[in-house]
Amino acid sequence: MQVPILKQGAYLIASIQSALEDDDLVRLCDALSTQVGKSRARGVIVDVTALDVMDSFSTRTLVELATIIRLRGAEMVIVGIQPEVAVAVVRLGLKLEGVSTALDLEEGIAYLDGKARSSGKEKNDRG
Amino acid sequence: MLCASGGVSEVTGIVPRTMQSLEWNTGPARKEGPQVRRIDKRMQSSTANPDQNTMAAITSKAWPPAESEKSGTAYALAGVARHRASDESGTVELLRSLAHLLRENRTQLCEEWSRRISGASLLTAMTKEEIFAEAIAVYNNYVDALESGTLEALQAYARSLSERIIPRGVETREVIGIVLLLRDVLARSLFAEYQSDFSMLNRVLDSYEPAANRIANTVAVGFVQERERVIREQQEAIRVLSTPVLQVRERLLILPIIGEIDPQRARQLTEQLLRGIRTNRAKVVVIDITGVPTMDATVANHLVQTVDATRLLGATVIITGLSPEIAQTLVTLGVDLSKMNTVGDLQGGIEEAERLLGYKVVPISELAHAE
Repeated sequence: MQVPILKQGAYLIASIQSALEDDDLVRLCDALSTQVGKSRARGVIVDVTALDVMDSFSTRTLVELATIIRLRGAEMVIVGIQPEVAVAVVRLGLKLEGVSTALDLEEGIAYLDGKARSSGKEKNDRG
Repeated sequence: MLCASGGVSEVTGIVPRTMQSLEWNTGPARKEGPQVRRIDKRMQSSTANPDQNTMAAITSKAWPPAESEKSGTAYALAGVARHRASDESGTVELLRSLAHLLRENRTQLCEEWSRRISGASLLTAMTKEEIFAEAIAVYNNYVDALESGTLEALQAYARSLSERIIPRGVETREVIGIVLLLRDVLARSLFAEYQSDFSMLNRVLDSYEPAANRIANTVAVGFVQERERVIREQQEAIRVLSTPVLQVRERLLILPIIGEIDPQRARQLTEQLLRGIRTNRAKVVVIDITGVPTMDATVANHLVQTVDATRLLGATVIITGLSPEIAQTLVTLGVDLSKMNTVGDLQGGIEEAERLLGYKVVPISELAHAE
């Protein structure tokens, strides 16, 4: 199934609503990495609240996606990981290293806002 | 004497009745006491046709004793049948007369028993009077069980006794010691009684010893079971109490851990922490392990995993109160703690957390001054 990508201000929000096939996930990654340039987004939020399972493929893909998004000049944050999923992922030794996470959508947006503010400050400082 | 204890009257009462009609439970209400009726019921319930069985037993003199050991019913049946088949008195009758004898000497034997309990310095948690009172009750139950061959009443009594004495710190070795002492005291009294008739003494001991061993077994098992139940309850209570997740400020949780962490507790701790983060929408968690004496590799790794899982939920963990020993162990074990945020004590941890959350605590005086 296709994951809708919503634009909210300077951010893109991809809310995964059901279990995803590997292909769907790859398609979502492609769509996000192209959209982020088209819409000049500063941040990407991937909402995984509805997922009960995250396997090694999906975690690795998400880590790759985060790197891609950063290379495209934006920030990515994963929100809504369930406690059970978090435990399972850590047990598997997949730490989602280098990916920012937040509790839920609201937190994710707050996180990106904070990032934007601090980077803005840096620019000002330099300037 | 007969009316009070009913020991002999039961024996003489039951045999003629069965000889007359072989009807076990249809007679008018009897005075002999609960033991007789209990035996009757057991025989009825487990043998579909008691008449046939009894007749068979009567005709064939060689009732296999090995089989009679297998069940209380066959045991009692064999006793009656053997008694009727020959002049040899059966185990049941022997046990009954034994019980009678023991009832007659109850006070004296109980005194002897409680004296030996004190002598062996068992049951030090109880006073002499208490020991004597319990001794009488245990003694009565013991003799009843010896006589009737049924252990249910004794089992129930052992359980209630265990419930009473476990909170007072009575130990398994004491209970077993006491029951064995009673067995010795009673055996000694039997020696004294039958010392003139050696073959009779042999027969008495043959029937007494297995029954007494079974009783000792029942009491000990009852006590241990009760003890295990208490232990299980306590474990459950500790488990529930052991991991409180407390909110100290908006979006700031603390998790004080006290006592040894085993893998099961670590798992439960992770679970509760993650759930707490979810429900309180926490951003920072301070895990205080001041009260943890030691930590092994498994638990340390679990702690690291907990920190990682917490991060996935978007929260930061600060660990406080790492004792020098634990710090040393973790370094020796080579646990990767580079990503762990550690602060010396709980106060420092909370201050660091407040900094992360953007709080600043200032004295009111300074606040007024600034304004």
